[in-house]
Amino acid sequence: MNETTQQIRAAAKRLLEEGRVDCVIGYAKGTVPMQEQPYFAYTPEEAENLVWTGFCTNNLANFLIRRSGRNAILAQGCVSRNIVGLIKENQVKREDVYILGVHSPGMLDAGKIKAEFPDKVITEVEEDGEEIVVRGRGFEERLDRKKVKRNNCYTCTHRNAVLYDEFIGQEGPQTGGGDIDNVAAPWESLDPDQRWAEFESTFKDCIRCYACRNVCPLCYCDVCFVDENNPQWCGKGLEEPDVFTFHILRAFHCAGRCTDCGACESACPVGIKMRTLTSKLEKDIRELYGYQPGLDLETPTPLTVYRPNDPDVAE
Amino acid sequence: MADKRINKAELPKLLERLAQEHEVFAPARDGSAMVWSRVEPGDVLELEFTNTDLSPKGFLFPQTERLMHFKNDPEDPEGMIMEAEPGLPGKRLLLNIRPCDAKAFKVLDKVFERDEEATDVYWKDKRDKTVLFGLACKDPCPTCFCTTVNCGPHFEEGLDALLVDLGDRLLVRPLSETGERLTADLEEAGQEDTEAATAQKEEAEAAITRGVSMENIEARNVLEEYEHPCFDRIFEPCINCGTCTYYCPTCHCFDIQDETQGELGKRYRTWDTCMSWLFTHHTSGHNPRGTKKDRVRQRFMHKFKYMPIKLEGSIGCVGCGRCTSKCPVNIDVRSVVNSMNEQIGE
Repeated sequence: MNETTQQIRAAAKRLLEEGRVDCVIGYAKGTVPMQEQPYFAYTPEEAENLVWTGFCTNNLANFLIRRSGRNAILAQGCVSRNIVGLIKENQVKREDVYILGVHSPGMLDAGKIKAEFPDKVITEVEEDGEEIVVRGRGFEERLDRKKVKRNNCYTCTHRNAVLYDEFIGQEGPQTGGGDIDNVAAPWESLDPDQRWAEFESTFKDCIRCYACRNVCPLCYCDVCFVDENNPQWCGKGLEEPDVFTFHILRAFHCAGRCTDCGACESACPVGIKMRTLTSKLEKDIRELYGYQPGLDLETPTPLTVYRPNDPDVAE
Repeated sequence: MADKRINKAELPKLLERLAQEHEVFAPARDGSAMVWSRVEPGDVLELEFTNTDLSPKGFLFPQTERLMHFKNDPEDPEGMIMEAEPGLPGKRLLLNIRPCDAKAFKVLDKVFERDEEATDVYWKDKRDKTVLFGLACKDPCPTCFCTTVNCGPHFEEGLDALLVDLGDRLLVRPLSETGERLTADLEEAGQEDTEAATAQKEEAEAAITRGVSMENIEARNVLEEYEHPCFDRIFEPCINCGTCTYYCPTCHCFDIQDETQGELGKRYRTWDTCMSWLFTHHTSGHNPRGTKKDRVRQRFMHKFKYMPIKLEGSIGCVGCGRCTSKCPVNIDVRSVVNSMNEQIGE
């Protein structure tokens, strides 16, 4: 068991014993390789089930929405930024949430690991410092951790929690080493027809399970526009215009709010890289408004305020 | 019916034979995904895979399926008439389908062809025109648990023939008249082939170590099981996406939609998911399954309690493990069923 896991358990246990919170939201060990489970610890005993590994790939901020009581929540950089966003958007009250800040080691991409062993069955994956050990029937191999990190964790700019009540362990390096603007850049060199072709090929495999939407802490509308039936904005089937309408509008709804946590890509069962869209939107927001979502509780969110000198993208 | 065999080098001939009468589909690699793909004589068949990502359910029950179309124009002689969609033009053969997925079709037959007077014609048309040649599992996944849900890695029910990969050759076991006819040209298997297949079956079954127990679920009445305290926690990590239901080879709920554009209209059905808040949402605004807990409970109660009661003991699960391996929050169907099976109030 790693040191951070031990520290998380100790902190959770203390908070629950002292009655400071009703619940600690973290992760428990998953039942299959390369997947941990969002977990809700209500008692000091249950706090012993909490873990912190490279496979904690959900965004726990999602579980604060419409949740009652006082909750402690484990939050690395991106998750803490989403909590900030939820507080600014009046979805969560600051005083109701106790943030256990943590440094993210950069989460791992199960898809990349599986792709290394296309015709083998993986039964166990263990982290060992900067390497991971992959085991299956009749094989054991070590991989460089860096090689199988999630794409968003390469381009991360805030690996430490930005807002917290207590920090677990030591703060670590802030960046993942990659440049987020490079993810967005390919769109800029394409003409409209090429962009459309690229967009179509990115989203063609979508089965509309809505895992990307439902795992995302930005998507909390009471009724999502694709679920509306009076009027019905969008067909329910797999026809391309309906599938594409969903993805384009979802991305636009996230503009200026997305922290690039990567939960959507980790959740997608068909492996769609939807960050290619959101990364371009976030780059525009940075360039036009000098704004990065969720870094503080004070700065107004650019798309919810009007200023006479707002930049005009059409120019 | 006697076992047959075929050398792997002769597989193109078998494929050619099957393609004479059928559109043949088989699992193929697409990047890191396994997908169902049309295969033509001369194509190389993929034999080293666990299972396809999506189940073959869509061949008989497409995710979006047009049921009829119409023209909303009383003046037009062809207007105001609802036209049925044509059926499948020819026969299909699903080659190398896993036994669990073929068993799933048997379960769905009980749903879609339950009542002779109200058979689902869309299902039946495709079902009657589809031949299933299975490929036995020799290396089950860590998420497989077919042996504990009335199925198995070499399970034969529902198949027209079962192939067993024996290294340089395949055992071919015809299981229906169609299967026998299509494999008539193959040589008879030897005793050693049948024995090797049996040994592989036992080994594959032994490799499945985590399963489910259902004896208490079966014994309890519906309301007792419905009120099981385990449901107070199971739903907590669920995000209510449709992944488990769409990947499930036996989930079969659908929604019906009408779409019109100008005078032209169509009616189609599309996979529904009990995970969605829209599922069984009444026009009054009331929803009998209004909370996440209700929705999650519905999925597991339907498969492991309601279906067995309605369908002569058939459970709505074949142990393929797709829901577990694809779930974004690791809700493991085995853990859920075993929790449902736990004693109450002790």
